[in-house]
Amino acid sequence: MRLFLIFLRIGVMNEFQYRINLAVQLLQSLIAVGTGLVVLALIFQQTTTLSGWTQPELLVVMGVYTIVGGIVGFIIEPNMGQLMQDIRMGTFDYLLTKPADSQLLVSVRQFRLWALTDVVVGCIVGAWGLASMSATVRPVDAVGFVVFLGAGAVLIYCVWLLITTGAFWFVRMEMVQELFQGIYRAGQYPVSIYPTWLRTILTFVLPIGFAVTFPSEALTRRATVTWALVMIGFTVALFVATRLVWRIGTRRYSGASA
Amino acid sequence: MTTPLSTPLSTLRWYGDLYLTMARMAIIEQFQYRAANYMYMIGMVAEPVVYLVVWSVVATQQGGEVGGLTPRTIAAYYIVWTLVRNMNIVFTPFGWEQRIREGQLSGQLLRPLHPIHYDLAFFAGWKVVVIVMWLPIAAVLAWLFRPEIDPRLSQVVVFAVAIWGAYLIRSMLLWMLGMVTFWTTRVGAAFDFFFTAELLLSGRVVPMRLMPDWAQTLARYLPFESTFGFPITALVGPITDAELVEGLIRQAFWIVAGSIGVALMWRRATKVFTSVAG
Repeated sequence: MRLFLIFLRIGVMNEFQYRINLAVQLLQSLIAVGTGLVVLALIFQQTTTLSGWTQPELLVVMGVYTIVGGIVGFIIEPNMGQLMQDIRMGTFDYLLTKPADSQLLVSVRQFRLWALTDVVVGCIVGAWGLASMSATVRPVDAVGFVVFLGAGAVLIYCVWLLITTGAFWFVRMEMVQELFQGIYRAGQYPVSIYPTWLRTILTFVLPIGFAVTFPSEALTRRATVTWALVMIGFTVALFVATRLVWRIGTRRYSGASA
Repeated sequence: MTTPLSTPLSTLRWYGDLYLTMARMAIIEQFQYRAANYMYMIGMVAEPVVYLVVWSVVATQQGGEVGGLTPRTIAAYYIVWTLVRNMNIVFTPFGWEQRIREGQLSGQLLRPLHPIHYDLAFFAGWKVVVIVMWLPIAAVLAWLFRPEIDPRLSQVVVFAVAIWGAYLIRSMLLWMLGMVTFWTTRVGAAFDFFFTAELLLSGRVVPMRLMPDWAQTLARYLPFESTFGFPITALVGPITDAELVEGLIRQAFWIVAGSIGVALMWRRATKVFTSVAG
């Protein structure tokens, strides 16, 4: 935890050198959300609900999607990118010699502070959606939302680290980032609209359903206790599995450069 | 290599040789990166699948069609979309900063031909690899989403021409956009606006016929639809032969306009260009 805070402080200080990037990032967040809103408007010009979701409810989904995207961009993506580069360049060797848990170390080294603008913009969109919904949010919904959001972030982290760990075996993995960003788009809509096979992939293989749809379901009173337990159990299991694979991977790792 | 401009025919052959050689190099090079290319293409497939599912759900809910499109014609639209999207990938405007900074341009300026020819030929060769690799992806998508597609011969022919027209137009558009880097390095925001306009007015997010009328009218005066919506609709339909011809004429117009634009901008750009790298 102390390590995390130290890295966070360095990361934040580092980012404050590039304040203009805040404006750039904010503009990008707004454009992305604006485009999403236009598409939603187009959809709801043709219909009143999408698989049982109303327009305000889909606004909530879009808010959560943007928030999770912000979290991923803030901590997960920069760290995993750095790790992949280290493995390829051979600088990963130095990391292994440091007197701290290597998995923790590779997970909290880098921060892209300005990605948090997505979290802010996402909150605004989500709040707007909630305000235009007829139902109010009960405390239990809010708690469920926070728990699901946290578990979802852990799930995405685990999957990403698992794939990145693949770099121990196959060095060329740079496209993972592109792949993830592409597939993450599917989270813009609740996974229930997708055909069953795709929904299963998006829930258990690439857990975007868990990470985006579940928190949104909590806010729109769709969550059930059973699924909440499934998600938490799955998160714990995947976390343990990731830890194991990381151990095996680092033991197998033998340095990439001469 | 000399610049033999003696007869029109030999000039043409000279250009042809250059394009063939560059394209062949790209084909050989890119086939080595099969895995990387595939990852990239699969990541890209997610986008149309999302649109496809969303609009299919809307169509089903509206009693089987939306704006004259059924779930199966929507599937056809977005599967063809994946090929057209790949044809649309050209030298990125973000790459200009690196080209200028690293001094790559200085070398290119010394070559006897306008540098756009090297880009056009290289990416055209890459497209051949992309089309080959796209076929299995399309087959899987077709098996999953059961598209309905029944083009006439004229549609197939126009489609085969139009995807290359789209490629040319988008190459030139992005070249012009990228050349803005010669004057200022703060180009990110301008690029973002361009891409957003393109996203919405090209038929990429939604088939243009589902857009409001004013947006469709606006799109008629912009080049984006020629690079995206038109090639797709040419194959998927419904489209009349007259509309096919009209679409090709529009593409021809944008190719001419684009060439003039690139030529003019390039001439000015090379005047403000000072080499920086050694």
